[in-house]
Amino acid sequence: MTAAAAVAAGGRLVASGIDVRFPRRGDTPLDALQGFDLAVDSGEIVALIGPNGCGKSTFLRVASGLLAPDAGTVTLDGDAIRGPDPRIGLVFQEPRLLPWRSVADNVAYPLELAGWPKERRAARVAELLDLVGVADARESRPSQLSGGQRQRAAIARTLALEPRVLLLDEPFSALDALTRERLNLEMLALWARTRPTIVIVTHSIPEAILLADRVVVMTPRPGRVAAIVPIDAPRPRSLDVLDRAVVSDAAAQIRAHLEGGETLAA
Amino acid sequence: MTRTAALSVAASFAIFLLVWKAIVVIGGYPPFILPPPESVAARFVQGWTDGVIAPHAWSTLVEIALGLTVGTLVGLVVGYGLARSAAVERVVSPYIVAAQATPILALAPLLALWFGPGLTSKVVICGLIVFFPIAVSTMVGIRSVDAGLLEMARSFRATRRQVLTTLEIPAALPSILGGMRVGVTLAVVGAIVGEWAGADRGLGVLVNLARGSLFDIPLMFATLVTIALLGIALYLVVVVLERRLVGVR
Repeated sequence: MTAAAAVAAGGRLVASGIDVRFPRRGDTPLDALQGFDLAVDSGEIVALIGPNGCGKSTFLRVASGLLAPDAGTVTLDGDAIRGPDPRIGLVFQEPRLLPWRSVADNVAYPLELAGWPKERRAARVAELLDLVGVADARESRPSQLSGGQRQRAAIARTLALEPRVLLLDEPFSALDALTRERLNLEMLALWARTRPTIVIVTHSIPEAILLADRVVVMTPRPGRVAAIVPIDAPRPRSLDVLDRAVVSDAAAQIRAHLEGGETLAA
Repeated sequence: MTRTAALSVAASFAIFLLVWKAIVVIGGYPPFILPPPESVAARFVQGWTDGVIAPHAWSTLVEIALGLTVGTLVGLVVGYGLARSAAVERVVSPYIVAAQATPILALAPLLALWFGPGLTSKVVICGLIVFFPIAVSTMVGIRSVDAGLLEMARSFRATRRQVLTTLEIPAALPSILGGMRVGVTLAVVGAIVGEWAGADRGLGVLVNLARGSLFDIPLMFATLVTIALLGIALYLVVVVLERRLVGVR
């Protein structure tokens, strides 16, 4: 897919008035999200940050069509999301690879489910493995890989069907700091190729700032948008972005909103 | 098998034969109580060459094959139902447990009465005894499928059928094959018990004949050896199947 085609393909994700309640046995339901609104432009990168249990991951499950909200809608380019959609790709916190399949066969999994013929699958898988840098491990089992390689394979699998929107749920949180930085930069390089819309949930302020155009700070449960902090650093970004003055301003703002949220909770 | 492994198997078998022989010699048992290994071996070879054992072994093998197939298929389906539906579990499991808790020895004459002395009653008895370990191991295997993997498959819009074939079956396979190991050995038991409850052919019948009207105790032992070898062979088939299907993970 060329960059021009990709941009034409859209990818504007709009959530409005999302409520999600989880029933609890013998207790009032748990309000995970209440009146959650967020609009993400085509090709934009948004980071969601907030205290534990504020419903960040719940929002990704709603946006990916895995969880039907109790109220509100999520639309992609105007169409309501009513179930898993091939235009939306979700990367989980854990790689969730099938342990009995090779890396290549794991990456081929969504293509197989979508009914692609074998030769076409093989060509696409080779391309994807090169793209995320795990071509050497194509015949290995997931258990033989490092944590970083496993998550690369999981990302390749999500990219297989060329989604216009990528939802990432703390994808690098289980990795060591150096691997995490490297994968963040690779993520930016991947983004620059086709400019998909990205929503990434993270606990890390530096990670949010390095990746995002806007950082959305969420309130504690029930989750709502507390503040939106724009990151005015130019692209392409590298790690020294994190040393710049704009960034330390943004970080201070994000931290202030997070702490504000916590006082609210107390 | 490596050379040392083969050697240790051979050595343990040699010790087994020696102990057997020693008991016969030291205890001074007559051949109609405990024949020595060499006369059992001779009778075994003779029984197979003169065609006494083979037809009986063949009918037992047919009963086992059919009973195993029926018991496994029903066990897989019921085990899946138990794993995926609380309603099925509530309604069905008391009967399954009751059927399993009633000794097959006590049930066999009744089943022989219902299904006649032919092949059908043996297949039913064999299938009934095989069914339980397969159903339980399937249930455990399907329940153990990681919820995260199921969600992942759903996010790629897998259909129910795709979830079954690409995720649930491969994930449950090690557990199901564990149940198969138990199932094949029980299948042999089921077939012999079924034959005891009424049959005119089969290894179980031959054991009775050798002990009774023929009064050929070495033949009885040779038949027991045949039954044991059949069990070992079937067990090895499952082990090989397991290596091929599950392999390295």
